[in-house]
Amino acid sequence: MTTVDLADPPVTNPFTGTTGLPRTSEGWTQLVTPDGRLHPEVDADRDALGRLTRDLYRGMRLARRLDDEAFALQRQGELGLWLQCRGQEAAQVGSVAAVRADDYVFPSYREHAAALWRGIGPADLLRQWRGVAHSGWDPEPYSFHIYTLVLAAQLLHATGYALGVQRDGSDTVVVTYFGDGAASEGDASEAMNIAAVNAAPMVFFCQNNQWAISTPTASQTRTPIHRRGAGFGLRSEWVDGNDVLAVYAVTSAVTEHARSGNGPAIVEATTYRMGGHSTSDDPTRYRTDDELKAWRARDPLARVEALMRAEGWSDEAFLGEIQAEADELADRTRRECLALEAPDLADAFATVLADVPQLLREERDAFVAYRASFLD
Amino acid sequence: MTVQQFRLPDVGEGLTEAEIVTWRVAPGDPVRLNDVLVDIETAKAVVELPSPYAGVVDRLLAAEGQTVDVGSPIIAIRTAGDGPAAPAADEPAAPPPAEDEPTAEEPAVERTAVLVGYGVAAQARTRRPRRATPSVRPAEPVRGPHTSRPPVLTKPPLRKLAKDLGVELTEVRGSGPDGRITRQDLLDHTTGPAPVTDHRRDERLPVRGVRKATAAAMVASAFTAPHVTEFLTVDMTGTVEFVDRLKQDAAFQGVKVSPLLVASLAVLDAVRRYPDVNARWDEDNQEIVRFADVNLGIAAATPRGLLVPNVKAAQHLPVRDLAVALNELAATAREGRTRPADLSGGTITITNIGVFGVDAGTPILNPGEAAILCLGALRRMPWVVDEQVVPRWTVQLSLSFDHRLVDGELGSRVLAHVGRFLEDPLWGLALR
Repeated sequence: MTTVDLADPPVTNPFTGTTGLPRTSEGWTQLVTPDGRLHPEVDADRDALGRLTRDLYRGMRLARRLDDEAFALQRQGELGLWLQCRGQEAAQVGSVAAVRADDYVFPSYREHAAALWRGIGPADLLRQWRGVAHSGWDPEPYSFHIYTLVLAAQLLHATGYALGVQRDGSDTVVVTYFGDGAASEGDASEAMNIAAVNAAPMVFFCQNNQWAISTPTASQTRTPIHRRGAGFGLRSEWVDGNDVLAVYAVTSAVTEHARSGNGPAIVEATTYRMGGHSTSDDPTRYRTDDELKAWRARDPLARVEALMRAEGWSDEAFLGEIQAEADELADRTRRECLALEAPDLADAFATVLADVPQLLREERDAFVAYRASFLD
Repeated sequence: MTVQQFRLPDVGEGLTEAEIVTWRVAPGDPVRLNDVLVDIETAKAVVELPSPYAGVVDRLLAAEGQTVDVGSPIIAIRTAGDGPAAPAADEPAAPPPAEDEPTAEEPAVERTAVLVGYGVAAQARTRRPRRATPSVRPAEPVRGPHTSRPPVLTKPPLRKLAKDLGVELTEVRGSGPDGRITRQDLLDHTTGPAPVTDHRRDERLPVRGVRKATAAAMVASAFTAPHVTEFLTVDMTGTVEFVDRLKQDAAFQGVKVSPLLVASLAVLDAVRRYPDVNARWDEDNQEIVRFADVNLGIAAATPRGLLVPNVKAAQHLPVRDLAVALNELAATAREGRTRPADLSGGTITITNIGVFGVDAGTPILNPGEAAILCLGALRRMPWVVDEQVVPRWTVQLSLSFDHRLVDGELGSRVLAHVGRFLEDPLWGLALR
């Protein structure tokens, strides 16, 4: 079985810091306009930028294909639930690609593009949503924690982990993903405060996708979320979350800032959730077609495609290769999903405690005997 | 070659059924993996179902408009061999029976004689018995494999309109390109002469959605709560004048003010004086639950059917806020956008049948409530004032209540108080 191996070879950073990076009138760092033009102020080696762009595009494209296939599988009854990452690929891939492979990531539950970049395969990504496991993968080999469904809880987990990293004397940085809705949770404020007080090596990466299920950002907060960083004492950055190069540049800078002992940072990436909150949600009940249309014009993949075309960084062969790879990933996603079997309930007894005590063994045996008593 | 069946999935965490809205494919059509097959409407949303198989459509196993249980096969697709996409093959099954009868797979439950009780059902250990297949309207047979009737062509908003109007799109003649049905075609169809064919034949309409819920609620209410209805005719002239005054008040500009607002105030004031009428009979616990809040329900005829959205904690609202809340409730209901939360938790209801020009009725209680007030039509009638017969605005009130917890005395006092308030709203408000 082929692995996705997105992070290999590691991409090289063509940017230095965030000073001098162009900004939009809103104040977002943006390197590429929505129609795919590179801002003239961007001062980076063009060859390195081209290589980086192609790598990031591949990651986004594969993620979208996996996401689409998983969505179809849900509609065909093969998954109980799926939360689409469509529209947020740039925010996820740009940020995860900017950190070191051993920097530890605490995701929320929609970071499929980031997980895929770290090498987590379709079977692992889907098993939780097929309802055959409580979580998808062993976090250690990927330095990528399991999904957290309790809103904003992962911010505290990440902060605790970062305090541990700090005490170990390691130079690992901890990155945690959360959304505009989670930002309203008390846990988010607590985590940022404790991280700042302790100068924890952390990046709080907020994907503000405009909607917390049906609650718009305007009903969550009066000021942009990244501005809270100033109150807690975090370095704050605001970036166009649909511009993968801008996300990459900003995340690289704040990660090195945190790694150098300067304390945590918050990045607010302004993006948009193109699908429903989940497959159980009907977004047409709360948002307008015009809004969707406006964001479709800011699609993160289309932006990179236009950029690559304009800069001569892509050709038919490159696009064809990625298309083939994406199709293969879709096939694999379907195949691995359908092969995921429900676990044997008797095994659950073995995973409660490290050493199975006598009582639990008896309960397991009683359950197995009871189950065997049925005719069918 | 294998025939695969696609069973209706639960697309929304715990749904049990969905309605087939539009087939996007017909028998004989080639389909690729993930091509959209059908639009279904669940309790949560209209969603597209993509094909889990590549092949050729063999048969459609459910008709548009039919409500199908989750797990029932809806389409059969012929695939070339066992592709990787194919889960365990099912035997091709017969199309669903057109009548609401048990199928052959579902034998009548047999019972074994035992010493005590009603016997053990032979199927007792079947944990998930199959439900009865839902009925299909006879007028809409499932398409066979070789009938090549083209799919109905029209736009989604018109499909919705047709559904709201109760029009079967297959019966509408399309005048647009490729026989596409236009808005005008649809409107002509609804306003045109009744079709000459079959107009003597009984129609059988599937019961679903709000109709189904209404029927269940009314049966439950009518046959559990012993209803008593009392009537009172009142002089509404004071209310009419009061409404006119509010309409001219600067503070009420842009707010729709109507006698319903005054009736709502009257009911709220009656509940304040007689809180026992804002209550519920709890059969399970043999208790009477007196509600802390008055969640005032207003029965509304909407495109979806009868809905009773309620204004939460209405007793705390200032008059203007109550007026705004009532207007929003009505506007939302008319647009068919009433949220489930607005429909639950009602404690007492007003139904305004006067808008239809009738005087009185014996309303059935909204289940879980103890009283419902019915407003008749506002009429100019002769009335005796100071021994003179003069024309006045009058209305008939009817109040139904649950006699398990509301006696004739309490019901009468409540109705009399509502009447007194309507005759002199300023008196009512002054005593608040």
